[in-house]
Amino acid sequence: MFTAPSDPVNVRKELKVTQLCELCHSRKAIIRRPKNLQKICKLCFFHVFETEIHETIVSNDLFYRGERVAVGASGGKDSTVLAYVLKLLNERHDYGIEIVLLSIDEGIVGYRDDSLATVKRNQQQYQLPLEIFSYQDLYDWTMDDIVETAGIRNSCTYCGVLRRQALDRGAAKLEIKHVVTGHNADDMAETVLMNILRGDVARLEKSTSIMTSSTGSPIKRSKPFKYCYQKEIVLYAHYKKLDYFSTECTYAPEAFRGTARELMKNFEAIRPSCIIDIIASGESFVLKQKMGKQNKKKIITYNDGNRCERCGYLSSNKICKACMLLEGLEKSRAQIKIQVQVPGEPQQEGPAKVLRTLERLTF
Amino acid sequence: MVNVKVEFLGGLDAIFKKQRVHKLTLKKNNSDDEPVTVGDLIDYIVENMIEDKNDVEVFLQNGTVRAGILTLINDTDWELEGEKEYELEDGDIISFTSTLHGG
Ligand SMILES: [Zn+2]
Ligand SMILES: [Zn+2]
Repeated sequence: MFTAPSDPVNVRKELKVTQLCELCHSRKAIIRRPKNLQKICKLCFFHVFETEIHETIVSNDLFYRGERVAVGASGGKDSTVLAYVLKLLNERHDYGIEIVLLSIDEGIVGYRDDSLATVKRNQQQYQLPLEIFSYQDLYDWTMDDIVETAGIRNSCTYCGVLRRQALDRGAAKLEIKHVVTGHNADDMAETVLMNILRGDVARLEKSTSIMTSSTGSPIKRSKPFKYCYQKEIVLYAHYKKLDYFSTECTYAPEAFRGTARELMKNFEAIRPSCIIDIIASGESFVLKQKMGKQNKKKIITYNDGNRCERCGYLSSNKICKACMLLEGLEKSRAQIKIQVQVPGEPQQEGPAKVLRTLERLTF
Repeated sequence: MVNVKVEFLGGLDAIFKKQRVHKLTLKKNNSDDEPVTVGDLIDYIVENMIEDKNDVEVFLQNGTVRAGILTLINDTDWELEGEKEYELEDGDIISFTSTLHGG
């Protein structure tokens, strides 16, 4: 069930000139854009928001006519707005692409159930095909099982590796070679900041490029929201009354990312342009490094031909990252099973499950 | 005295007993005429509506609404309406939307 935000009933009759939109000069300004502090009305906001994404898509040649594109759809605000806007722009500007919603069911009880319900409503609302792949299908493990075995502290590592491969594997099953995700300017700036704080300058290039392809994968990834502020994405969803799901994943982000995010939000409050400024800094770091070398805008390509010995997934190593993680888990799972099977109490739950329940209660 | 509607969106309802919409009647100093501001509303929310005091910092930071929560007064960003100084009128809709949770 989706409840849209209420429409205002109080409308100002008399407006001062200073309250008018700085673009059309005829309607009441309702937001100030964080990018440039321009005060604009709702209709002009829709227009500039959509147009900027269109320009990002065109100037970076993100799509070609006839391309099949999977939107990594989580039911959250970013991917919901992405699916909506891509469909709209595809019709408005005739990109000629075929859009499929691609969802991964990690098997996180209570979180993924509700978010998948949202994606299913989005499928109806936007009339887009939806494909769901479960961790159970792809890996024979659910995220809940993984946490139970590996402990909650490590869950983000697993979540990160498995989720990334899952989208690629899902897309490969659909014979789609391009996955678009809802990563926005805030996410990107946050990653740039984290890489700088960690001294991980080598990762800057990948963290600011709009299109990438990871080693071991024939699937390219792109981020049409690279220059979109989180705040504007939420405002867009709000004014368009888009149906999205919003609850923190019970496996919360690692502390370092959380702190970096907090820091950025505080910077943004003082100087809203800092988010695109950080991205710009990240980009110029790369340019300086590449001086003298080739400076073609080329996407990083994968090593063709190598496949994981376990699962056959394209991988630069003998065994792919996911299989390596899962192999470690299998060992711990066997141990925990022995630990748990007390005669007479076959249904007893593992200590990890209890731990997790406790973790949940503190949220 | 003023009657307003307050909405907690984007997952923020989690700290308000999962209730998104709240209808409130607010009074300042027991007077019927004294204007009630958004600042007063924030105080009211913090004092009376957040059940678990540990959750206050989810909503409040340095005495104002936390960075990352979007505050709209009748669908207009409160930055354009004087923020905490805005005087509430009957029928106003104030919404607080978390932009932080779950992309
Ligand atoms: Zn306008
Ligand atoms: Zn493998």
